[in-house]
Amino acid sequence: MGKHLPSIHVKHYKHTSDIETEVMPIPDVVKICMSQNIGAPCKPLVAKGDYVKVGQKIGDTDAFVSAPIHSSVSGTVKDIVEVRGSMGGMETLIVIETDKKQEVSEEVAIPKVENYEQFVKAARASGVVGLGGASFPTHIKLNPKNLDECKVLVVNGAECEPFITGDNRMMIEQGQDVLDGMQLIMHYLNLDEGIIGVEENKPEAIANLNRLIDQNGISNIKVQVLQSRYPKGAERVLVYETTGQVMNAGVLPAQLGVILDNVSTVAVLGQYFRTGMPIVRRRITVDGDAVMNPKNVFVPIGTQIADVIDYCGGYKVEPRKIIMGGPMMGRATHSDESTTMKNTGSILAFSQEMAEVKEETGCINCCRCHEACPFKLMPMIFAEAYERRQVDRLNDFRVMQCMECGSCSYVCPARRPLSFTNKLAKGLVKEASKK
Amino acid sequence: METRKFHNNLIVSTAPHIVSDDDTTKIMGTVLLAMMPALVAGIYVFGTGALVRAIVGVISAVFFEWAYNMITHKRQTIGDLSAAVTGLLIAFNVPSTIPVWEIILASFVAIFIVKQLYGGIGKNFVNPAITARIFLFISFASSMSTWPLPRMNQTADAVTGPTPLGLLAEKSTELPSNMEMFLGFIGGSMGEVSALALLIGGIFLIWRKVISPIIPCAFIGTVFLIALIYYKGSFNMALFHIFAGGVMLGAFFMATDYVTTPKLPMGKLLFGIGCGFITMLIRLWGSYPEGVSFSILLMNIMTPLINRLTFKSYIKEGGANSGK
Repeated sequence: MGKHLPSIHVKHYKHTSDIETEVMPIPDVVKICMSQNIGAPCKPLVAKGDYVKVGQKIGDTDAFVSAPIHSSVSGTVKDIVEVRGSMGGMETLIVIETDKKQEVSEEVAIPKVENYEQFVKAARASGVVGLGGASFPTHIKLNPKNLDECKVLVVNGAECEPFITGDNRMMIEQGQDVLDGMQLIMHYLNLDEGIIGVEENKPEAIANLNRLIDQNGISNIKVQVLQSRYPKGAERVLVYETTGQVMNAGVLPAQLGVILDNVSTVAVLGQYFRTGMPIVRRRITVDGDAVMNPKNVFVPIGTQIADVIDYCGGYKVEPRKIIMGGPMMGRATHSDESTTMKNTGSILAFSQEMAEVKEETGCINCCRCHEACPFKLMPMIFAEAYERRQVDRLNDFRVMQCMECGSCSYVCPARRPLSFTNKLAKGLVKEASKK
Repeated sequence: METRKFHNNLIVSTAPHIVSDDDTTKIMGTVLLAMMPALVAGIYVFGTGALVRAIVGVISAVFFEWAYNMITHKRQTIGDLSAAVTGLLIAFNVPSTIPVWEIILASFVAIFIVKQLYGGIGKNFVNPAITARIFLFISFASSMSTWPLPRMNQTADAVTGPTPLGLLAEKSTELPSNMEMFLGFIGGSMGEVSALALLIGGIFLIWRKVISPIIPCAFIGTVFLIALIYYKGSFNMALFHIFAGGVMLGAFFMATDYVTTPKLPMGKLLFGIGCGFITMLIRLWGSYPEGVSFSILLMNIMTPLINRLTFKSYIKEGGANSGK
């Protein structure tokens, strides 16, 4: 080890690192989406007119890659609607008019767990999915085919995306939940070692975790300080930085003997085993130059963005772009009517100035895209080969290794959307391999 | 609650949603800044004639790019400052005494023919400034090889004289000292004389991460090494060769042109070595006293081949898969 993958310096914009998380009041209405994880969407378990309570399961499915969805509020189901989601497909929303009493469902009970199978089952019941943004159902990650080969738990507290400070606040405010979650996973999965990877720009979080580790006399969990560079929190980069193992695209961490979860995912899991409350709210960083008071807020899942922004003092200037997730990999949404999901780690509202898509100019062959790429790929070659539909060339230069971290687009002085071209090129290769 | 107004017309674009501040304009601006020490040295050594030619070079190059874009109804690109860099480089590459219209003609060749006709910034396959210099050199042999003496060395009846490399070619024994050459009190093109000033600019560019040190180091190192061998270990003559002529200017400012040089570090190394090698071939055995511009031009043409060669090993070694 000691070796680092190439990375770039990205402006941090971490304005909210030191601000304690606030709890926003329950909004008048929430719209809970039934597609909140990678894999199968849930089917609604409630009907129009039903009264639902906090923590009540309102969506589930029998599909393997899935996680149940719970009501974040108490109130009446006003409607169940189909809308076009930001990914282009149709999504089902359960619209709940809240009564603001926040009555807790009878279903909420501390899970009784004695063995590994019960643990995985309880993890599924918690509704927890990868909260870092990928929203992969956590219980599946905890249930690898080669469990006996898995020895290390790596927890991702890098939070390398600019603006977002939710994981940082999680480690500061709920450090104990992080460690509880880790110890549970390590106990039931029989892992020897736990590593929390945290970027060095979070000294308070690092100090707090170290203090708790000392206080609890934990010997098999350590904090590993990472460089504050992008993208240290990318799964494949983090596995390399913490365990020294090379992880190629298409390989799961478990195949390398590593269980990898986001720090907030682990903490929410820890909290669930303490309280029995499934994931019904999450900490969201609200920031961007169009927001009056940037801060971290606990937001019930399904809250409309406009309500969250209102709680943060409203818009300072006319918003022109709203991003759910980080500015490097997050998704721009067309409307602030969109609702928060389990994986919404941040809401960023940009003014015209920041939202403007810069005009693309000619490639000057500076090779900064290649130098920035953690895997030393050559985005300028991909762009050229994609334009000419050269599938073999794309494969030769290993386009499928691209994880779309956005570093190439970020550094490109000609403002070329290279990361996007990579995505298109990957699509082309996938299409060609089907034939 | 249904009457609530939402913002429904937001910009939707693909990630990433932020980009670095460094754009092409900033890079070219940094290059211009890095050329300032050499410009000041040129003006100090050769007087206001150098300044006039620098200004004419920049204005004419920018004008021709502007005019081309106007005529062809292309998006205006002069704001990226690359034309300004080319114009200043043309001026750097000529004696401060050549007729001003020759500079304007060189700008036309560089911008109109070499750059814009091939598709504008990023599309030219040879360095515009180098090509324009060679065009002038071949077309106007006399004005391009009449070298003004530095102001401090001029006498009432001698205002021009051979460059150090010219002296060397004539087998003269009166070569200037290496210190004079390092500081730039010698004859030559207006921007190439002061190795010190060019070194300051070059190191600035490396520090600002605008250029990679590979090409300049390989270029200068090769020149040094070949001279050292040729002169049987004469350190003095090896230094003479790296301070003389266009080696410093070429190595830091022209052989590092992104567009016309290889992409991978190994390719850059081969490119730099090739430049140094051809330069010394011409200097020691060719009929011209100086070979920097020809060496860069030839290596520009070799660049696609070098890329092909280095891509082969890049593909084989596996990059990401190797975990280095």
